[in-house]
Amino acid sequence: MQPEGKRQVQDHSLDRSLDIVSLISIGQHPQSGRVRRAEQDGRAVELGMNLAEKHTVLHAGDPLQQALRSYAGMGLSEVQVLDLGPRADAVPALVEYLQDHRPDIVLTGVRAESGESSGMVPYLLAEKLNWPVVARVADIVSVENGVAELLLALPRGQRRALKVPLPFVATIDNAAPEARQSAYGPGRRAQVESLDAVIEDDQTRSDWVEAKAKPRPKRLKVVKAKTAAERFKAATAKPQGESGKVLKDMPAAEQAREIFDLLLEEKVIS
Amino acid sequence: MVLDWLPSVLIAATLLLAVVGAVRRISLWRAGQPDQVDLIAGLMAMPKRYLHDLHDVVERDKYMSKTHAATGGGFVLSIALILLVHLAGIDSQILAWALLFALALMFVGAIFVLKRRMDPPSRISKGAWMRLPKSLLAFSSAFIILTLPAAGILPEGTGGWVLTLILSAVILLGLGEMLFGMTWGGPMKHAFAGALHLAFHRRQERFGGGRSTGLKPVDLTQNGQTLDILGVSKPKDFKWNQLLGFDACVQCGKCEAMCPAFAAGQPLNPKKLIQDMVVGLAGGTDAKYAGSPYPGKDVGNAKGGPDQIITNGLVDPETLWSCTTCRACVEECPMMIEHVDAIVDMRRFLTMEKGDTPNKGAEVLDNIIATDNPNGYSPASRVNWAADQNLPLMSDVKQADVLFWVSDGAFDMRSQRILRAFVKLMKAANVDVAILGDEELDSGDVARRLGDDAAFQSLAKRNLEILSQYSFKTIVTTDPHAYHCLRNEYGDFGSDALEGVDVLHHTTFLNQLVQSGALKLEAFSGGTVTYHDPCYLGRYNGEYEAPRELLRSLGIEVAEMERSGFRSRCCGGGGGAPITDIPGERRIADMRMEDVNSTGAELVAVGCQQCTAMLEGVVEPRPEVKDIAEILVDQLIEEVH
Repeated sequence: MQPEGKRQVQDHSLDRSLDIVSLISIGQHPQSGRVRRAEQDGRAVELGMNLAEKHTVLHAGDPLQQALRSYAGMGLSEVQVLDLGPRADAVPALVEYLQDHRPDIVLTGVRAESGESSGMVPYLLAEKLNWPVVARVADIVSVENGVAELLLALPRGQRRALKVPLPFVATIDNAAPEARQSAYGPGRRAQVESLDAVIEDDQTRSDWVEAKAKPRPKRLKVVKAKTAAERFKAATAKPQGESGKVLKDMPAAEQAREIFDLLLEEKVIS
Repeated sequence: MVLDWLPSVLIAATLLLAVVGAVRRISLWRAGQPDQVDLIAGLMAMPKRYLHDLHDVVERDKYMSKTHAATGGGFVLSIALILLVHLAGIDSQILAWALLFALALMFVGAIFVLKRRMDPPSRISKGAWMRLPKSLLAFSSAFIILTLPAAGILPEGTGGWVLTLILSAVILLGLGEMLFGMTWGGPMKHAFAGALHLAFHRRQERFGGGRSTGLKPVDLTQNGQTLDILGVSKPKDFKWNQLLGFDACVQCGKCEAMCPAFAAGQPLNPKKLIQDMVVGLAGGTDAKYAGSPYPGKDVGNAKGGPDQIITNGLVDPETLWSCTTCRACVEECPMMIEHVDAIVDMRRFLTMEKGDTPNKGAEVLDNIIATDNPNGYSPASRVNWAADQNLPLMSDVKQADVLFWVSDGAFDMRSQRILRAFVKLMKAANVDVAILGDEELDSGDVARRLGDDAAFQSLAKRNLEILSQYSFKTIVTTDPHAYHCLRNEYGDFGSDALEGVDVLHHTTFLNQLVQSGALKLEAFSGGTVTYHDPCYLGRYNGEYEAPRELLRSLGIEVAEMERSGFRSRCCGGGGGAPITDIPGERRIADMRMEDVNSTGAELVAVGCQQCTAMLEGVVEPRPEVKDIAEILVDQLIEEVH
């Protein structure tokens, strides 16, 4: 039921038996705080839908969560859910599933929009699976002979081409193609399949105390430009990083000391 | 007379074929979905509806109404008498004379039809329709000659078998068009389907001067399960009486002449759309269509059938998204066809099933779902505009005489000027008013017109839930779109929150204040002023007078545009059209501004924030655009304490 030709995968010479698992989390709208399809996870699903015929969309959490329907509305016939309680850690359950199913590629967002939002899940998964992590992927161009050609998103629209052997975990950057529109009907009709999973309490999380974030004052960028051309240059030029320092050929302890001092100076830690 | 049995055999045979055709045509309509209509009551009311509701619309064109009364009336009378005189063989000179009179009437009417077809305007369809006046003439003249002996003017058997044969051939032509063609898809189909459409219309409330403009809600679930298809994907997903309505089209093109999207060169022509629906319900192609195409698209490539998805080859989705839902076509249609219903039905499929709302559509719908406003602003900032207005919140006061429905204009700085002007006027008149503040949600207008009825219904139910907590006698809004939803569409969701509440547009409300002397205004001394009727205030709600009366109360004599009142041209801002933004050759707002310019006005008064935004979007130099509340507030005489 999805529009054809809306965003066609350019001749990607992809191996069609590719097996991809996209991990989805529950997003949170920045203005209203309401649950929604997470921006980056939506892009991961979009990429997965365009790449593979065998594409599993997997969530670890509550199978009754309505936000899952907005992923399903992209045209998924089913969403797999590892049924976990609110206090459970998603990582052990995901590791078990991935070890059983052994997909070629695992796609995730860079970080979740709700919960701890630590961005650690892909790294923890990769560590347990002993796979590489590729961070901030903008596109997967091709997969041939067990090697994927990727484009990484760098600042200011730059890209870095990369070849990565399968299997791997990839986090999807906001530069990846936008997720297609979610349609109400297919979203409601899709199957949400609840799977049993190992449930381990998230100990780290339960030790945390949560408080509302206070807006931090922003450092003003003073632009002394006099002409429009100068203002344009100031807005688009790479920051010069006058105060930056390259630490090379130093003992690791000294390098760490330098970083620690900088963090103190910038009042990141105290 | 030799062969004198021939005409009656011909009559009987074409009549029989017509009945077969009718049964077949009815079965095509019955492929549609069931709809609750009282069949008997509808049929009983049909003649009255024809003479009043339909004829009132036709009467706007005096030439055509007289022509049609003579031709159509003459034909109906003739066919009844022909059955008595020529088929039943009743030998009565009175009947024969009556028949001659009826046929003469029809003949005269047909002459005028022919005259109009000599140099036809571009809006009317040619093709088979060009032969219709000739068929009418053939029918009436042949039967006049055939009836002359029965009336005693000519002796029986005049002309012998040669004349009978010639007459029979002409009669066959006439009968073929008038009876056979009526049920087998000829131009006369409009009489058969049109009469039944009047009887079984989906909006029975429209007849007898009523107004029925609220869209019908989609049944999202059945027994707790989401329905297999939401909206209309194939012709058979329409209600059966909608299909019947499409068949009633006379291809007069009045809709085409009024359609703002057609005039702007966007790929929409309401007449062609209805004809494509006919292609869809009957199966086939649009090769025989002989009217104006969708601008920029060739005729002959559309294919469809009752079971085929409409947007796969019959109608381009762009056509559906070009509509501003201004209802100019519906208002103009003599056959009372509901174009806008059909377009939104098909949009519902595109949005809720295919997830294919063009351009900013998906983003706007996501925002509406996540933040209850189309631009994704924080729901907690809805009331920020009123920080300096000292307006009580309903959540504090619980009751007030008037609830001011602020609408999404709260987030837009231009619209806020209208809101502030209106608040100042209410305060000057000492109105006991409160607002919902952050509890108010988007009315759902845009979501509904973009086809997301699920989002609309969710908003409507939540708004009603909030409204039901408070007590107020009147609800007033400056936004005609919200006004339309509150007044005409929220009633379908089983809430009594608005029961006994007056839902008013601010111009109506302000007019009451001015007429009752609660507002003191000084005369307006600017230049020429014209007034632009917003579609959702005028055609959707019939409020043409209050804004004009308000302007008159300032001593303004409105310099009316040629297209004003029920014929007002849309500003281009309705139906989510600025969001889906289908390209055309011109912008609708520019054309409307040309209408304004042609009156020489220096100021155009508006009653809608959307119209204000669209008209102000026209490049300068152009007349100033102001909401009526803003014009009034400038003339307000404030009492100094």
